[in-house]
Amino acid sequence: MNNATAARLDAECQDGSYYLQPYADDQGWMPVCRIGDLPPERGVAALVRGRQVAVFRLHDGTIAAVGNRDPFSGANVIARGLVGTKGEIPVVFSPMYKQAFSLLDGSCLSDPAARLDTFAVRVNGDNVEIALAG
Amino acid sequence: MRGSPLRVVVVGNGMVGHRFLELMEEKNLLGPCEVEVFAKEARQAYDRVSLSSYFDGFDADKLSLVGEHGYRGILFHLDDPVVFIDRAARLVRSACGIEARYDALVLATGSVPFVPPIPGANARGCHPYRTIEDLDLIRASSKGARRGVVVGGGLLGLEAAGALLALGVEAHVVEMGPRLLPLQVDEGAGAVLRRRVEGLGLSVHTSAGIEAIDQDESGAVAAVRLSGGSVIETDVVIFAAGVRPDHSLAGSCGLGIGPKGGVLVGSDCVSEDPAIFAIGECASVQGEVFGLVGPGYQMAEVVASRIEQLAAGNLSPAGTLFTNADLSTKLKLLGVEVASFGDAFGESDAALELVYADHVSAIYRKLVVSDDGQQLLGGILVGDTTGYAMLRDLASRRARLEEDPERLLLAQISTGNGVGLESLSDEAVVCSCRNVPKGAIVAAVGEGGCEDAAGVKACTGAGSGCGSCVPMVKDLVGLELAKAGKEPSKAICEHFDLSRQELFELVSVRGYRSFTEAVGGGGRGRGCDVCKPAMASILASQPGHHPLEGEAAALQDTNDHFLANIQRNGTYSIVPRIPGGEITPDGLMVIGAVAKEFGLYTKITGAQRIDMFGARAEQLPAIWAKLVAAGFESGHAYGKALRTVKSCVGDTWCRFGVQDSVALAIRLELRYRGLRSPHKVKAGVSGCARECAEARGKDFGVIATEAGWNLYLGGNGGFRPRHADLFASDLDTETLVTYLDRFLMFYIRTADKLQRTASWIESMDGGLEHLRAVICEDSLGICADLDDQMAHHVASYEDEWKAVLEDPAKLARFRSFVNAPHLGDPDIEFVHERGQIRPAPPKPPRHIAAMAAKA
Repeated sequence: MNNATAARLDAECQDGSYYLQPYADDQGWMPVCRIGDLPPERGVAALVRGRQVAVFRLHDGTIAAVGNRDPFSGANVIARGLVGTKGEIPVVFSPMYKQAFSLLDGSCLSDPAARLDTFAVRVNGDNVEIALAG
Repeated sequence: MRGSPLRVVVVGNGMVGHRFLELMEEKNLLGPCEVEVFAKEARQAYDRVSLSSYFDGFDADKLSLVGEHGYRGILFHLDDPVVFIDRAARLVRSACGIEARYDALVLATGSVPFVPPIPGANARGCHPYRTIEDLDLIRASSKGARRGVVVGGGLLGLEAAGALLALGVEAHVVEMGPRLLPLQVDEGAGAVLRRRVEGLGLSVHTSAGIEAIDQDESGAVAAVRLSGGSVIETDVVIFAAGVRPDHSLAGSCGLGIGPKGGVLVGSDCVSEDPAIFAIGECASVQGEVFGLVGPGYQMAEVVASRIEQLAAGNLSPAGTLFTNADLSTKLKLLGVEVASFGDAFGESDAALELVYADHVSAIYRKLVVSDDGQQLLGGILVGDTTGYAMLRDLASRRARLEEDPERLLLAQISTGNGVGLESLSDEAVVCSCRNVPKGAIVAAVGEGGCEDAAGVKACTGAGSGCGSCVPMVKDLVGLELAKAGKEPSKAICEHFDLSRQELFELVSVRGYRSFTEAVGGGGRGRGCDVCKPAMASILASQPGHHPLEGEAAALQDTNDHFLANIQRNGTYSIVPRIPGGEITPDGLMVIGAVAKEFGLYTKITGAQRIDMFGARAEQLPAIWAKLVAAGFESGHAYGKALRTVKSCVGDTWCRFGVQDSVALAIRLELRYRGLRSPHKVKAGVSGCARECAEARGKDFGVIATEAGWNLYLGGNGGFRPRHADLFASDLDTETLVTYLDRFLMFYIRTADKLQRTASWIESMDGGLEHLRAVICEDSLGICADLDDQMAHHVASYEDEWKAVLEDPAKLARFRSFVNAPHLGDPDIEFVHERGQIRPAPPKPPRHIAAMAAKA
């Protein structure tokens, strides 16, 4: 993309409802989207201070947030995976090679050596908020 | 019949003694006979072959061969060996002084470990490796020990060395012979095996005898002195230098002893005294002793059948004789597979050896063949025992080889080529411990109704010895079940107990329109990457559905969700439909212009289309806006759906063509575009018999004839290429289309998930004939339904991408970041190659790279 397009897109982003460098409240919570932006049992990716976070809304309304980077392919695609269950555990299936990752703790169900980052997430009013650790 | 019960006294309760008692019970001889057992060990029979597994948890019960209820109807004396036999009075006396009279005495005293006559061999910390009690002592001596020495590099020695390693003790093996496993393998195999076990941390000393064992002041072992002069300081010594038949009892009562030790018996297992039998390792059958459990079990059978006749009053019994001299072995020692069978050392006249030795991968395979190369005599396999069962069978039958010996040697074994399980003869022994042939296992599955390896084990005993045949038994059970049509569960996944076809019927009949309804009506949980896309495909076959409509959107795999094909770096590729592969120069220029504007990589596909790679999710709508405006539509390259109908140029241009293949291909592609199916569907139309469109490699292929069209069904390329079969000849175009409509709809209704048309037809009862009856003769009375469904599909088709562009709610999904709708994934980077882009190799995520930079 050329410089003019990039500048225009940047301006539009700044104009949007959410910020790439959102202000954090006292406890570090930062809004990333509205609850209505989350389709049930699908994910969205959010860019939070340079970190890519995959946010999911489960069938029962619970919100979960894990890292968007698939450790097996190195691509940022977890948010585009199918959401389902393995036994009682809510999981996301990586769209690349289909490994199941727990949405409770980010662990990979088929490979104990692999896991996704996890993020604190909450619904505050109409906003979905993320807190980065540390 | 005898008036009073036959008194049978058994001395010894090892594996063979136990097998004999089992046989007495199986033959219902515990009434006609009074059986009394004296055993030296304090516990009843256990699996000595698996002795080393005791180190995995130290649970003696796991090794026990005796069922929960123990031996019923048998008088037992444990920890009380027989010490005296009075042959004249037919009486035995035990160490505790118990006397027992016998009509038949069965000696199953096994072996004693051979402890070489070395000065200091009685030091504290020196142990044999034979019983559970020995292992307990080794475990105790190994506490806090740094190093251990195993005397003997045979099967038992390597087992013992493995046990030391498992106990965290540095292990040394000292072998008198020039190599490890001197009795089973040759020099080449020994070298490969040595390499393997040294890689595991074992130190190997071959051609080394032990001069002496040094003790410290307390009497504990301190060091082992080797014949070469070297000294190994050690805390534990294990004697695993072989065993000797325990014939002490027989010797003391004047029975003959074999040249290699053991109670001398004939092939009927009867000793010089007709009332005394010997079985197992303590027997010397015509001068030969056998240290394996398989031959011992066969001896137990020989004696049990004789006693059966004696009990029935037949005083001169005849019948089975001991013939099993199969010394084949297959073991996993320290994780290394080792097998040796038949004439492993090429001792037969004019035997030739073929050897494959790969010292890098540490694989050694040797076959011994007759001098004309026509018969397999034996072999040795180390590191890769592929084909062992088949090779052993070939060698034992001396069958004429149908394969080149070189192919057998290199393990180029294809199960379909007559050398797999299928081709094993019914007599081929699968379980050599219990001497169970393949035929018995087949019968256990067929007539016996066994459905798994555990059932077969209970029924035939196969797999109850050393256990090495269990994988093969499992394969056989699977093969036989499949033959009987009793396939394993067809449940689609953990969320539904139904097959795809059953799910399709459930959805159609009950009119479900969402995953939630269906899972509520016949499933559990919230689905997975198997059932959700399957449900999406089934729902898509129901009237009036867009794949991104409502809840259906959450069922789609990422390709169907973004209506594009995901690539290795998370970008997507785009394939516009080019029906029949026909495209105008203007169309080509549009694709070129779009690819250039968005910087996409372009490639011609195998299906006569153009694929554009490298688009970010948020770029897809803008790209498609241009394509749709120029008249292109989705090519469904992302979907389990009709892909293309490939064509040759046909009779309009080609001087050989007899029909207009391009026009038909375009008509068919436009008719079936967007049709969701259990798997992708590919098609082709060729304008003459030269078949330039490769139509027979497709799910449906049409080939022009002078009189019309020949229709072929069920072909595919890919992993298992298959040519389509001729379904009907010389059809007119309208009949052809009708047949295809019905074929596709019947496939969509009844195939399994991800089942291509080829395996769908193969799995059908009656195969292609049945399909002809359904489609051409309406044998199921469903053709009107199938025709209606296809008519509905054709009438309701709309381009998915056009629909997305017209709907802001659907468009909202095409963005990389919910909080930065116009930003692309900053981690996606490209490099240039041959004038186009390609993905850059993956890097760690940015924050990690940043942290690394800071540090």
